[in-house]
Amino acid sequence: MDFFASVRVALRALRKNKLRSLLTVLGVVIGVCAVITLVNMGSGAQISIEKAISGLGTNLLIIFPGSVTKGGIRTGYGTVTSLTADDAEAILGECPAVQMVTPVVSSAAQVVFQNQNWGTSIFGTDLDYQRIKNWPVERGEFFTLQDVKAATKVCVLGRTVAEKLFGGQNPVGHVIRIKRIPFRVLGVLSPKGQTAFGQDQDDTIVVPYTTAQKRLMGITHLTMVMASAVSLDLMTDAQEQIRDLLRHRHQIKEGQDDDFTVRNLADLTAVFSTITRILTLLLGSIASISLLVGGIGIMNIMLVSVTERTREIGIRMSVGAKSRDILLQFLFEAVLLSLMGGFIGIVLGIGLTSSISYFTGWPTPVSFYAILIAFIFATGVGIFFGLYPARKASRMNPIDALRYE
Amino acid sequence: MTSFISADELHKTYYLTADVQVHALRGISLEIGQGDFVAIMGPSGSGKSTFMNLIGCLDIPTSGRLSLEGEELSSLTQDQLAEIRNRRIGFVFQNFNLLPRTSSLENVELPMFYSRVPSAKRHNRAVEALHRVGLKEKISNLPNQLSGGEQQRVAIARALVNNPTLILADEPTGNLDTKTGGEIMQILKDLNDGSGITIVLVTHETVIARYARRQILFRDGTIVSDR
Repeated sequence: MDFFASVRVALRALRKNKLRSLLTVLGVVIGVCAVITLVNMGSGAQISIEKAISGLGTNLLIIFPGSVTKGGIRTGYGTVTSLTADDAEAILGECPAVQMVTPVVSSAAQVVFQNQNWGTSIFGTDLDYQRIKNWPVERGEFFTLQDVKAATKVCVLGRTVAEKLFGGQNPVGHVIRIKRIPFRVLGVLSPKGQTAFGQDQDDTIVVPYTTAQKRLMGITHLTMVMASAVSLDLMTDAQEQIRDLLRHRHQIKEGQDDDFTVRNLADLTAVFSTITRILTLLLGSIASISLLVGGIGIMNIMLVSVTERTREIGIRMSVGAKSRDILLQFLFEAVLLSLMGGFIGIVLGIGLTSSISYFTGWPTPVSFYAILIAFIFATGVGIFFGLYPARKASRMNPIDALRYE
Repeated sequence: MTSFISADELHKTYYLTADVQVHALRGISLEIGQGDFVAIMGPSGSGKSTFMNLIGCLDIPTSGRLSLEGEELSSLTQDQLAEIRNRRIGFVFQNFNLLPRTSSLENVELPMFYSRVPSAKRHNRAVEALHRVGLKEKISNLPNQLSGGEQQRVAIARALVNNPTLILADEPTGNLDTKTGGEIMQILKDLNDGSGITIVLVTHETVIARYARRQILFRDGTIVSDR
């Protein structure tokens, strides 16, 4: 029997038992639909998490000045004073993969307000600091470009500092003293909580970097430069571009070590993408169980069908069907069932995914990969679970099959 | 007459359990010539159906030799037997054995599926075979929309369609009234006379057996008379 004839025979057999075929297919439909929906939701979750992480500053690249070696002694990071605000500006201007840049000057200082005092860290930054760290002001406002240019003595307090110095009072508009120099409080940053390493990020004061350089520390170089890449994918590109630019600017010759270091938080991203990958895999395997159940449903029905059609098998054998013909006939039926189930499941899965993303606002991209996998799986299920009943049918004895009542 | 079917000391034993055996055939030897019309008779349990299954290539003998058109059957594989059933043998059964919920035409086309006859040719040959057994209408009817006689005609058309050299009819009139049974027998007789197809008929009705040229009587797995 040729291929198309076999398919036609199988199709006809399925049509004869419409309701039963439909119910059998349902198992595969649900399985495939579940696989697609859950895998898509998993990758949706991955995207959501990646977004959240990049909000924390995962796109963040930090450029530290390098170390100096004097008489064989290598000092730590930040001992070179080569990193300047001009470097920061050049990075923003000349590295296409970089979106935002801020020079950072940091120092520890004792701050005083009336009879309260508190030791904290002072961050001198540019305006983009807020956006790079995704850190809005809760009360009052951030300093302006004018403040940076004029090195105005203004500051923005982290939540912890505001509490320690002002208690319940609104600090906006008051004057505090940092290293005995009066600074006007412009605003309070929203609470950001601890870093992954238990550091309180709210225990800080942010001032214009020019102010920090000139009035607090009397330096012209920077502690570091923070930059954010355009996207997570472009982190490595950004890193390369910054490195090339700074080597050029600092006139570092071929073969000489960098006098700076570019670091990123890729490790954190890697950890989170591992977690979401595991999550997707987990969801996918849970869904696969329902596909498996659907496959067993096919096998069950095919076994019933083989028994029920024993007589038909006998007739076919008596007119010359070889066991291979019978095998193929039942196998085609099983595969057709699961293919139909797979197809309907894919359509339903895509529909379900889209409606979930519509109602929850989750980004749930329909992954072609998931569809392909589900389709291959469905066919595989059909072949795997159809093979046993089909073999059973093909190994029947023609006489017994003909006599079967 | 050349020997078309040749059986020599044919034995068939069924093993129901390890120690319960049924000796269905106990040494059958006979020759059937090409173009012959033979009726095999006998009470139930006499082994006539078993003999028919053996020459129909549906089963293989426990011992003895059986050849069809000079070809020894006991050494053939299942697939080779299927091939012979498909090309050289047509079956007609007591209960018609048509595929349910399948039209007359498609039932007749069935053997040609397995001999890979192209679709258009399949259709023409099936219609032709149905005409030959006197069924011009109702070719797209389902078996349950046909009378017993009509169903048996479809079955004969199916047996004919691959131009077999042998038709095996197992109680073909058993489920039919006398008049219809007569008509069916006439069709078989015409096929034997007109096309020279060898026909082996199993029946326990003497009236039906009279359509054949030769009557063989089986009892307890042996031949008791042959005339």
